[in-house]
Parts: sequence; structure tokens; C-alpha cells
Amino acid sequence: MCNKVDVVHVPDGFLDVPTSVATGALAAGTVALALRKARTELDDLTAPLAGLTAAFVFAGQMINFPVAAGTSGHLIGAVLTAVLVGPWTAVLCMTAVLLVQAVLFADGGLTALGTNVTLMALLAVVVGYGVFRGLAAVLPRTRTGVLTAAGVAAFLSVPAAALTFVGLFALGGAVDLPLGTVASAMTGVHLLIGLGEAAITVTIIGAVLAVRPDLVHGARGLGSAAVLEDRRPATVEVPR
Amino acid sequence: MTRRGRTLWIVGVTVALVVAGVVSWYASSSPDGLEWAAERAGFAHTAEDSAAAGSPLADYLWNGEENRLSAGAAGIVGVLVTLGLAGGVTWLVRRRGVPGQG
Repeated sequence: MCNKVDVVHVPDGFLDVPTSVATGALAAGTVALALRKARTELDDLTAPLAGLTAAFVFAGQMINFPVAAGTSGHLIGAVLTAVLVGPWTAVLCMTAVLLVQAVLFADGGLTALGTNVTLMALLAVVVGYGVFRGLAAVLPRTRTGVLTAAGVAAFLSVPAAALTFVGLFALGGAVDLPLGTVASAMTGVHLLIGLGEAAITVTIIGAVLAVRPDLVHGARGLGSAAVLEDRRPATVEVPR
Repeated sequence: MTRRGRTLWIVGVTVALVVAGVVSWYASSSPDGLEWAAERAGFAHTAEDSAAAGSPLADYLWNGEENRLSAGAAGIVGVLVTLGLAGGVTWLVRRRGVPGQG
């Protein structure tokens, strides 16, 4: 059996034309807004990191890891990217990955590109980064706190994207199927995939926090001492 | 970019190239979660070939050749194109000037 990569985003055909047009318009509007808003997150230091993060997400998505019997899953990378480089930049990075995959690698349909951007560059970022910020606000402002928030957010981002697909399928699926059938098939496997998403996200953010905590967007506001030495509360934010 | 920033960047790009160019060959070839769910729920047959299916890099293989070299080359091209696209766009929209003073 050949081990060729088989990432599989939403292909053409799963959703009808009106639904695809609607997600396409939503995706285009989101990207246009992100192009304006990402400016606040990007400077000479963080822009190269954004490119690197996107390249890393592309590579990471090629690695399908086995989940339950006979199924596999792969990284989405939305929370990873949003925590590393900021949510607006994450929209741009995730869209770049999905565009390259759809156009060059025929992974994810071309008419389904708007759907894939809506699910992975918009929904997963909004839900994931929202959960991250919510948890980070209540957890201790330490390295462990940031990683816990990122892990939970990454985990939840996967079933959130999967259930959004179920919702889109209910609105404009190619065939009429009971909502429950699609939802139950999608949910279980994507909860398992979410565990992998959380593990990869925590590992990579942990590695970057270890060497360059100042470059992690979602860890801003942590005093560098608190990042390096856990347990010590962040008291001073050093201006740069 | 500072020297440490550059080191992180070079290490990161190298890891991405190795993951896409080498490790990807060993990825699971079991059906992906969406594919599996589509089979199970009964809508997998509605998938259509992408208009990009004729791309020389379709299915993450160089010209469709199913071997390690072809898959590795496709992965490396993907990393470099993504790096160029995302890096280029974010570089163009960034705040100009000294970091931290924008």
C-alpha cells in the first residue's frame, strides 16, 4: 500500500452551488477584512514568523495520524497559528495554505475553497482563539496556563469545524440525509482528531515559548520571567 | 530580523521541509475523518474531481509517480510555495518601521 498523502479537505460536490457561493462570499469578505486588520499584528519581526507558521501548517497537514480503527486525521493548525502570530494573521496564513493545497495539490475542491476557508481559516480560528483568550484570562498567567488554554482551544476547534460542516451539509448538502446521521458520523472521529490537534499545538507552542516567548502572540502580557519560570506570577510587563 | 530570530526561522523552515519532504511518506493512508464520515453517512459518492486534478502536483505526488522521491519533492514544493505566499502577503501588509514602535 502506497503511503501517498491523502489530506482530504471538503471536495467539490459535497455542497450545492448556492451554499458554495455563500461560503465563498463569506471567505472573501473575511480575507479582505483580515488583510486590513492583520497589519496591527505584523511587523518586521513577526511577518517572517507568519510565513514560517503557514509553511509549517502545510507540512503538518500532510501528516495523517491514525485515530480509531481504519481512520486518520491531520492537523488543522488554526489555533496553533492564531496563538503564535495572532488571529487576523492566522486567517491569512490558513487561507494561503488552503489555496496552495486546492490549486497545486487538488486537495479540497476549487468550488469548495470558500467552504474550506470558512471552516478552517475562519470558524476554527474564531472558535479556537475565542476559547484560548477566554481560558487564558482565567488560568494562571504562566507558560502552563498558556499551553493549557491553547491545548483545550485546539481540541475544541476540530469538532467545531466538523459540526459547522454538518450544518452546511444540512443547508445545502448534495444529498438529503438525516442530520443526525451526518452529525454522528462526523462528531466521534473528529473528537479523536481533536486530541491529536491539541497534542501537536501544545508541543509546537511549547517549543517556541521555550526559545522565543516574546514572539508568541498569545503569550504577550506574560512577564518573561513568568514564562521561563513557572509559578511566578507576571507582575511587570517590560516595554520594548 | 535579529540573529536569534533568524536562527528560529531557519530551524523552523528546515523542520517543515523535513516533515513535508520525508516524514510525510510515513503518514497514515487510512481514510481521513471527513472521508470516513462521508462513507459512513452515505454521501462520499457525491465528491467530484477538482478542476485542479490535472495539476502536476495533484495528490501530493510529482507527476503522479507513487514513490518516495516524487512525494518528497511535492511536499518540498508545497512548503516553499506556502512560505512564499503567506510570507509575501504578511510582509506586504505589515507595519513599517522598527518593531514595537508601530
